[in-house]
Amino acid sequence: MKVPLTWLKDYVDLSDLDIETLAKVMTMVGLEVGEIRLVGLPLPPGELHEFKYTGLSWPADKFIVARVDEVMPHPNADRLVLCRLNDGQEEIVVLTGAPNLYDYKGKGPLEQPLKVAYAREGSTLYDGHEPGHQLTTLKRMKIRGVESFSMICSEKELGISEAHEGVIILDDDAPTGMPLVDYMGDAVLDVDTLPNMVRDASVIGMAREIAAALGKTLQMPDATLEMKGPQLEGRAKIEIIDPELNSRFMLGLIEGAAQKPSPYWVRRRLNLSGMRPINALVDATNYVMLELGEPLHAFDYDILVNRAGGKVPTIITRTAKAGEKLTTLDGVEYELDPEMELVTDSAGALSLAGIMGGEESEINENTVNVLLEGASWNFINIRKTVSRLKINSEAAYRFSRGIHPALADLGVRLCLKRMREWAGGEIAEGLMDNYPNPPEDPVVELSATWVNDSLGTEIPAREIAGILECLEFECRVDGDLITVKTPPHRLDVHDGLIGRADLLEEVSRIYGYDKIPSRPLNQPLPPQRISQGMALEETVRDLLVNLGLQELIAYRMTSPEREARRFPPEYDGAWEEYLEIQNPITVERRVMRRSILATLLETLEYNYTFSPRLAVFEIGPVFHPVQGQQLPDEKMMLSIGMTGLREKPSWKNDAPEVLDFYDLKGVIEGLLAGLHVEGICYQAAQHPSLHPGKTAQVCIGGKVVGVMGELHPLVKANYELGDAPVYVAEFDLVKLLESARILFDVEPVPSYPPVFEDLAVVVDEAVTAADIEEVIRQGGGEYLAKVQMFDIFRGPQVGEGKKSLAFSLTYIAPDRTLTDKEVLKLRNKIVHLLGEKLNAELRS
Amino acid sequence: MADKAAELAKLEQIQAEALKVLADVAEEDALEAWRVAFLGRSSPVMAVFSSMKTMDQALRPVMGQAANKVRQALEAALAEKQDILKDEALVKALQTEQLDVTMPGRPVERGRLHPLTQVLRQITRIFGDMGFQVYRSPEVETDDYNFTYLNMPPYHPARDMWDTFYTKTDGVLLRTHTSPGQIRVMRERSPEPIRVILPGATMRYEQLSARSEIEFAQVEVLVVGEKVTFAELKGTLEDFARRLFGEEARTRLRPSHFPFTEPSAEMDVGCFVCGGKGCPVCKETGWLEILGCGMVHPVVLEYGGYDPAKYSGFAAGMGIDRSTLMRYRIDDIRHFRNNDIRFLRQF
Repeated sequence: MKVPLTWLKDYVDLSDLDIETLAKVMTMVGLEVGEIRLVGLPLPPGELHEFKYTGLSWPADKFIVARVDEVMPHPNADRLVLCRLNDGQEEIVVLTGAPNLYDYKGKGPLEQPLKVAYAREGSTLYDGHEPGHQLTTLKRMKIRGVESFSMICSEKELGISEAHEGVIILDDDAPTGMPLVDYMGDAVLDVDTLPNMVRDASVIGMAREIAAALGKTLQMPDATLEMKGPQLEGRAKIEIIDPELNSRFMLGLIEGAAQKPSPYWVRRRLNLSGMRPINALVDATNYVMLELGEPLHAFDYDILVNRAGGKVPTIITRTAKAGEKLTTLDGVEYELDPEMELVTDSAGALSLAGIMGGEESEINENTVNVLLEGASWNFINIRKTVSRLKINSEAAYRFSRGIHPALADLGVRLCLKRMREWAGGEIAEGLMDNYPNPPEDPVVELSATWVNDSLGTEIPAREIAGILECLEFECRVDGDLITVKTPPHRLDVHDGLIGRADLLEEVSRIYGYDKIPSRPLNQPLPPQRISQGMALEETVRDLLVNLGLQELIAYRMTSPEREARRFPPEYDGAWEEYLEIQNPITVERRVMRRSILATLLETLEYNYTFSPRLAVFEIGPVFHPVQGQQLPDEKMMLSIGMTGLREKPSWKNDAPEVLDFYDLKGVIEGLLAGLHVEGICYQAAQHPSLHPGKTAQVCIGGKVVGVMGELHPLVKANYELGDAPVYVAEFDLVKLLESARILFDVEPVPSYPPVFEDLAVVVDEAVTAADIEEVIRQGGGEYLAKVQMFDIFRGPQVGEGKKSLAFSLTYIAPDRTLTDKEVLKLRNKIVHLLGEKLNAELRS
Repeated sequence: MADKAAELAKLEQIQAEALKVLADVAEEDALEAWRVAFLGRSSPVMAVFSSMKTMDQALRPVMGQAANKVRQALEAALAEKQDILKDEALVKALQTEQLDVTMPGRPVERGRLHPLTQVLRQITRIFGDMGFQVYRSPEVETDDYNFTYLNMPPYHPARDMWDTFYTKTDGVLLRTHTSPGQIRVMRERSPEPIRVILPGATMRYEQLSARSEIEFAQVEVLVVGEKVTFAELKGTLEDFARRLFGEEARTRLRPSHFPFTEPSAEMDVGCFVCGGKGCPVCKETGWLEILGCGMVHPVVLEYGGYDPAKYSGFAAGMGIDRSTLMRYRIDDIRHFRNNDIRFLRQF
């Protein structure tokens, strides 16, 4: 809510504070000030400001309240006038084109001189004819033969509003010669109202908080009414159908009011608060809503009588009937649900209760008699209506957060008083008040010890009570115990334990968070738990980063079409059920992802032109709906993707090799070694996304934990990717981590020298490296410490359908140096076994 | 015995000549030639040894001794010369072998953690030092956990604070904050004291722009125990902020509202971009809002299985994306999940 400083000053003495200090005080009690717009006032002193200031200052020697004594025609232009103006020091003739002065043109000296805002030569102000807020400085110039160097200002030029059609006509009592900033200089504080502080969506509400924080007194406006009109009783009736939805309904009547604008100061305040002034009657309702936080509604009384067929109108509050319709004052027709609360009369709906008035019965340009409604509505019902009709208003904003019914009375009184002051007329004797459901203002017992134990403070009971009393709570102190009664202007305080917490917030807020000490945590350390999975997840991240991979974090939201790209076209896979989002921001992100591979491929696609080498991984959940289970399974997955060159080209190696299957496998081997996984086995496998001949499943202890391979060429064609093949792997992270070993045996470092030997064998193509290694290990027994394949050869030398694989073997004994004879014996055994089991021949 | 004298003189002469030649030797090759000439099998000195057999019996010891002396002298001289040449060669090599050290190094691709992981790890470490353990809870949640148990029954005005993605499954939504994890950890641990952080992804219905994301990472902090105070909340979070943002970091707590805490606060840290002078990052205020916090609301404790008459606690929640954005002055929040390699490589 935007609140003008001068308005706040009506209720609390702020003469000893500059705006900056005030804004800080407000922020520190929970009225967060976002921006401060200067409307005349100078920037507060000091270099450093904690708020953003915008707007215009009016230096006291430049901007003056002046008096226009006569409006004369311009000799050479019909649309310009010359004003004989007195600024308190001298008489000047000022040229202006303001249409609202044409009426006074050529009428000689004015009987009632006009008070205006006058800017002297050299003033800097906003250009009234340029869009936005462009600064301009007044210079001496000739306009159509008449010299001009100063200006009578419009609201736009002074930064009050966007209005630039006419100049401001101030109220008649404005003192000529007074610096304008002293007369009406202001600053508008933009305050972010917290959801539980709707009581402060009002000038008085904010003033109350400020007064409490500063230890000052809140001055409430005088609401004494002079009721000289005939009795209201008997000229209207109120009927409340459901007191749960409408706890109070009040009416007041003013008759014989005039159609005229509000005084200038009222219009200025409304403008500064972001409300458009309409006329004195409407302005009065808006003014009181902003002032007190109680939205009011004004009906044209004559229209109601008319609708009642000339009889006494009965106001009935009830929920809508099926199919009932209402056109609100903004001209929109709504079809209503039977749950929506309405204000009606015998002829039908008048307004959406607490939200917006109907078009028919609102105040119009002929209204002279006003029936004023002050009521209280169930905030949940209002919220439901607002969200269903997607309608909003200042009234709905307040009523949907809970307004205390006690405010209705003060609101009606203040509004009638102002209508009479600003529009004239007489207030009918007596108010009508139907109050079937007054809330019980909670009484909470608070112990000072508990307050201090909760805050870590030592505030005496009396001081705690004092703080609450500043906010108008009624307190009774009995030793440590404070009995606190909630004031009848707020609904946010509960009773019991919740009420206690509510009051703790009030005490700490006003006491000042900055005065509460800071202490280290002084609580027993909870039982420490091992969360192995999460710790290991971080180990996986570290291992993959050490292996040169970049971590990714991808969006969880995707679409089934996006995910389907990971399959070849016309792939006939199982139908996959997605967790669907009801209100997606785009169809592209309307489900939660099922596959971590799909997002990985999208990332490779996005990046492949940016880097010659891509090696990336992601750890994250996928979401699988499960029958009979409310929440989906969130499975933690790991994806790895590699494509492009093995290293970046450089002068050392200008044509690096392209990454292949075994680069990916090397990464996976490194990862599994780092997790000290045992019993790993890679088996040729099939996967719809992968090349049928270049795919392996990774098994640990016989269980499949993941799959790796080259992207199927048909899948690759679904993405815009480079020429290089793409290698991906996908792991079920939970299964993978189940096999990780935290503890493992370290083998002794050998103290006897190893014996190295190479062995090249020729085998059929179908025999795998793993087959050969297994046989070698069988033959080598305990002294064979290491077997490593280091070469592969195919060619006429080894024959068609055959290949030669070379292995380097390391023999070692823990207790002695192996002799040549021993090694030869082992070698012979291996060769024999290879021949026997794999039909392998030694290659010479 | 003239023979003997002559032979000895000859040896002396050989030595003198050899040493004279050696003095002029300046290269390895020449030195090798010298060695062959004067110490080789057919060199004069060696010839003396090979002629021993035919030599007069009486001459043998004398000649043998003399020849040995010459050989030793020549060998010593050779060794000395070798050292000199080696030293000279090294000096020469050191003078001539010069790299262009400005040429680029051989590229080694460094792996990297995602920036959000890096920041989350810093945060986890700081809280870990204070005895906080990590607790993880689901990203897809029920309406109850996300709202109702956090003191926001249906139609509660505070629900407006979060723009929510609902799913087509009744009562199931994408969590708008990590706070539902508070209830989960409380229900699991009650009545033990609690000291945990809950990191994770959260989702909010927003229009994607440079400043707003639909998915982002948060960390929740939760302490529950007997007589946990606001002063401890303040102390813990101030310590945290100093460790994350630096010893000089100023902080302030300012009243705020969250349905699940009361009293509630926002913690601001002095803007680390402008040092508090005011800049676009801090919207000219000198302060950056880094986290929301407060004392756990009695309703929340109750839903979590802790008697609010006996237990109290504090909670805090912060967005990791936003604070990372501010720290590195990143121009667009969408970079984090677009995974542009040119962005990620800068961390």
